[in-house]
Amino acid sequence: MRYAEVGYNLEIDLATGNIEREETDPGLIAAHLGGLGTSVKIHWDRVGPEVKAFDPGNLLIFSSGLLNATPAYSANRTVVTFVSPQTDLLAYPMMGGFWSAELKHAGYDKVILSGKSPDWIYIWIDDGKVELRDASHLLGRGAVETQTLIQEELGDRNIQVAAIGPAGENRVFTASIEQGRSSASRLGGGAVMGDKKVKAIAVRGSKDVYLARGAEFMNHMKAVTEYVNFRNANPIPDVMTILSGIGSPQEMVHTDEKWHTENFMWGNARTRRREFWTDEISDLWASRQHAAIKRLISCYNCPQHCGALISYGDTPRYMAKCFGKLTYAMAAYVDDLDFSWRILRQATEYGVDSFSTPQILAFAVELKEAGILTDADFEGCPEDNEGRFFWLLEKVAKREGIGDVLADGVYYAARAIGNGAEEFDHNTIKKHEQLPLKLGTLDPLYFLMYSTNEKISITQIEGNWPQAAFPSREQRETFVKDWPQLPEETWKEWLLEWEIRGEKAIPYWPTPDISAKIVDWMEMLHNIDDALCICAGMASFCLKPPYHIHNYHLLISAAAGVDMSEEDVKKIANRNRNLHRAYNNRRGMTRADEKPPEDHWKRRFPELEEELLTTYYAHKGWTYDGIPTRERLEELDLKYVADDLEQRGILHHG
Amino acid sequence: MAKVTKKVKRIKIDADKCNGCRGCEIICSAYHATPRYSTINPARSRIRVITNRLEDIWLPVFAGEYTAAECLGRDVYVIDGKEYDECGFCRAVCPSRDLFKDPDSGLPLKCDMCEGEEIPQCVQWCLNDVLVYEEREEEVDEEFEITMAEAGVDSLINQYGLDKVADMVARRRKDR
Repeated sequence: MRYAEVGYNLEIDLATGNIEREETDPGLIAAHLGGLGTSVKIHWDRVGPEVKAFDPGNLLIFSSGLLNATPAYSANRTVVTFVSPQTDLLAYPMMGGFWSAELKHAGYDKVILSGKSPDWIYIWIDDGKVELRDASHLLGRGAVETQTLIQEELGDRNIQVAAIGPAGENRVFTASIEQGRSSASRLGGGAVMGDKKVKAIAVRGSKDVYLARGAEFMNHMKAVTEYVNFRNANPIPDVMTILSGIGSPQEMVHTDEKWHTENFMWGNARTRRREFWTDEISDLWASRQHAAIKRLISCYNCPQHCGALISYGDTPRYMAKCFGKLTYAMAAYVDDLDFSWRILRQATEYGVDSFSTPQILAFAVELKEAGILTDADFEGCPEDNEGRFFWLLEKVAKREGIGDVLADGVYYAARAIGNGAEEFDHNTIKKHEQLPLKLGTLDPLYFLMYSTNEKISITQIEGNWPQAAFPSREQRETFVKDWPQLPEETWKEWLLEWEIRGEKAIPYWPTPDISAKIVDWMEMLHNIDDALCICAGMASFCLKPPYHIHNYHLLISAAAGVDMSEEDVKKIANRNRNLHRAYNNRRGMTRADEKPPEDHWKRRFPELEEELLTTYYAHKGWTYDGIPTRERLEELDLKYVADDLEQRGILHHG
Repeated sequence: MAKVTKKVKRIKIDADKCNGCRGCEIICSAYHATPRYSTINPARSRIRVITNRLEDIWLPVFAGEYTAAECLGRDVYVIDGKEYDECGFCRAVCPSRDLFKDPDSGLPLKCDMCEGEEIPQCVQWCLNDVLVYEEREEEVDEEFEITMAEAGVDSLINQYGLDKVADMVARRRKDR
């Protein structure tokens, strides 16, 4: 009997059509938990550093986590792993929705796709039975409409479908995998799926998932429920609205966007619009948002309302969440949410990431204004900001004309276009577009998070530590008073001492040593969530969340029947992170790659930055170059990794 | 006939508040598992959220009575411009559909209001107050409670007819 996990993976060799149901090693829970942890292990074992994103040897793994389909709130993420066409590193975008629990009820923990299909197919997993079905009639169809078409074709609206749109078919590097109200968007999972000629994976299941000690598990969930209710009733004071609650940012609920619109850099991460949020804009945007949102919705087994059904005028319906509400309009300098709701629908059907894609489109506009791209490149493009963005989006999604080169993302497009275009690539890290933020003084915590994490996307590293110091001592005391999530009581002092200005302010406070500890803690929480497939919005991504380092082990032990202490869970998360890091090191990633864009902060401190990086590496047990040491790897039972890195000359003996 | 007081249990469903999470299905299946909370499977749940996302339909429906035969006709409701599924509001476990049948045995499932609990589990688990439990007392005519044995005999009579059952009982009596 297997508990919490199902104990079987579905292996599909797309080249031959061979389908296997593979039993997994029960010991993997104690070693890697599940989700991202066990997926990284599979990539380590089976995909060598010579394999590129569009090689048949690149695996595309859709994974549930250890707690999906259990009664744990918000355990609904699906983690998709693959070598990214954009970074050439192991990417792991995640989506919420309903897919992963359904997969477990269908009898599988993971779907592992290898090779490439000769013809376009979709995969139909029906309670353990698996079919590869012709998808030629779905080609060119949107990612949302494909989901509906497959449900209709198979005659069941309760089938959960993860699908790509035309952007994925055309291997656009920002192509997403869409599912219900969610998407796995970053780093080109949709492109890899398209390269394998898999249009969609449909799943339906009615099998049991077992809890080892169900009553005990529910008892722990009672405490979690009480805290969820408490946090929903008591938003955190003295922080901006968007950070005050739990769940992922409640962008569909809140209409006040003063902070985002005035503090982020818009266009191609270029312009800060300090006086943007006028009364007039505030009224207009609120009315547009209320007109668009038909209903606030959640993912599987989650009490929050992070998503929405969008029903806006003549625009066909779709579902939206989070930050995409702002990114297209602000990148295009269109000061009206009306544009957002229309273009977001188009972008969702094409199936593209709404973080990177608007920046790519704005980058093209900048190059045109600078005379680097020409009228010939923009032939047929409307003159107005809205029309231009719709036109560019279509070109990118279909890889037509100038869209073909833009579809590889800002980094590669800049180098392919040349003629000074490289200067306009000013917001990428490890070749990937980042949040459009440009700030004043270097922040030590953010410097480390931007530079070092395997996620390569800041929003899914930060979370539990406040983004900035509180102005008054009183506010700090209020904040730390009720903070059970913190690993050690003594850490409260670091926050109490943290000032807005002076010696105990950024860039010198938190000190490199403290910064390393705080960042290590925050990313560990994300690594645990990603192994359990719990939404970061209820754990690692928000202040004072219901799930934290002091209760994860209780839930894991009761669910899986594998008894773990807090220290055991920390060790597993550390093991998973080091394995992922070693995997990326094996692909060539080193210290030289770990740097934020030069203009990310106006005031930089090169010596301090070097010290921060070195201190953090030392804290992690890594070499000066950011490679895990043999000692650290052996502590984490990863001797085989140390041997491999040494053999390849990446880690030097002694 | 004498009057007695009867407790009427009711779950008020405010479908407009439903965020579609299906937590009610999860907790229902876990609660009714043996041992309690040992398995999770929405397919065994006695409440299902009938969902048609793009049509803005999220409708929690509780499992009602088993019926051996389907209706002579079907119904389709359109409310506020939204067309609900055929028989969408019906709670019956009926041959016309798979709803509320145990996935392994095919046996009918029925909501028992989590008998023995103060409040049904789905109500407790729904943090968005879509499901609200209410109790009231009603004066009703006293009824003779039908025992399990009587229900069994009734069912035999329904299937084979009174005469056949009477003959059978007579034979058994003779045999003894």
